[in-house]
Amino acid sequence: MTEAHDGHQHPGIDGDDGQTYYARRAQAIEALLVAKGICTTGEVQLAMEQVEARSPADGARVVAHAWVDAGFKTRLLSDPIPALAELGYALAETTTQLEVVENTDEVHHLVVCTLCSCYPSTLLGRPPDWYKSLAYRSRAVADPRGVMREFGLNVAEEVKVRVLDSTADLRYLVLPRRPAGTEGLSEEELAKLVTRDCMIGVTDALSPVSMASSA
Amino acid sequence: MPKPHDRGSWPTDEPIDRDEHPHADWELRVHALHQVLGRKGLRRTDELRRAIESLDSDTYQSLSYYERWTAALEILVVEKGILSTEEIDQKMADLASVGR
Repeated sequence: MTEAHDGHQHPGIDGDDGQTYYARRAQAIEALLVAKGICTTGEVQLAMEQVEARSPADGARVVAHAWVDAGFKTRLLSDPIPALAELGYALAETTTQLEVVENTDEVHHLVVCTLCSCYPSTLLGRPPDWYKSLAYRSRAVADPRGVMREFGLNVAEEVKVRVLDSTADLRYLVLPRRPAGTEGLSEEELAKLVTRDCMIGVTDALSPVSMASSA
Repeated sequence: MPKPHDRGSWPTDEPIDRDEHPHADWELRVHALHQVLGRKGLRRTDELRRAIESLDSDTYQSLSYYERWTAALEILVVEKGILSTEEIDQKMADLASVGR
């Protein structure tokens, strides 16, 4: 038990404004922090915009570049922080380490954070709800092939599955396999095949054929 | 039994719900507040984790993701002496009366 949760009643919804207890609690904390000069509303606003500015399009750009530039791919896999800086992504501003893992015909990587929701947000934005769900966190390590089947991916028996459990200090990005039949595509066209889910490892990258049929 | 946050291999066959809810403004604000405090050296990711992990099992499992972040935010600012629980209670009451 913590002091903050001792002896308080936590009604779900306040009848007056439809806001939940915690939404109103958060509003009170922010108002006090601003009133005491700990932070400003402008700083909170800016941080909100920065959080919203990141999306899987950033990761997709990195993956597509790795597919077309073998030198970059080697650098990305061996020492990702300086490699990402080449593309303008400054991960050095945090202390978080990143590892990029390559899916091949021999090994398929799946990323989870069993303890919470650690995720390479600089490249993928905020994690999807399911990544944070208790079901995914429990099952990704116990039955990764079953989890991937739920996402529509059947990993062949002979392919080894490696599950990577992220921490606050070490995050993982999956470099998916480049789909067949994409030899003639430009880097921008390739990036469109790179979904958020394939960079977590629950799916493969889209094939140009599946793109065409879903369009 | 492991603590409730330590989820790896908990026995469950629950299917993974892939619906994604749009984030409410307050959820994004809580996320941003944590980041702002982090930049000022007032909060580290490990502290956020530790605060969330200190929630008792029922609380942990009944709260949504950003509700846990809010609970953790309160734990940390109170622990560091930046705010008191009483102040937060009072501010909440004030904001509610303004809204009426």
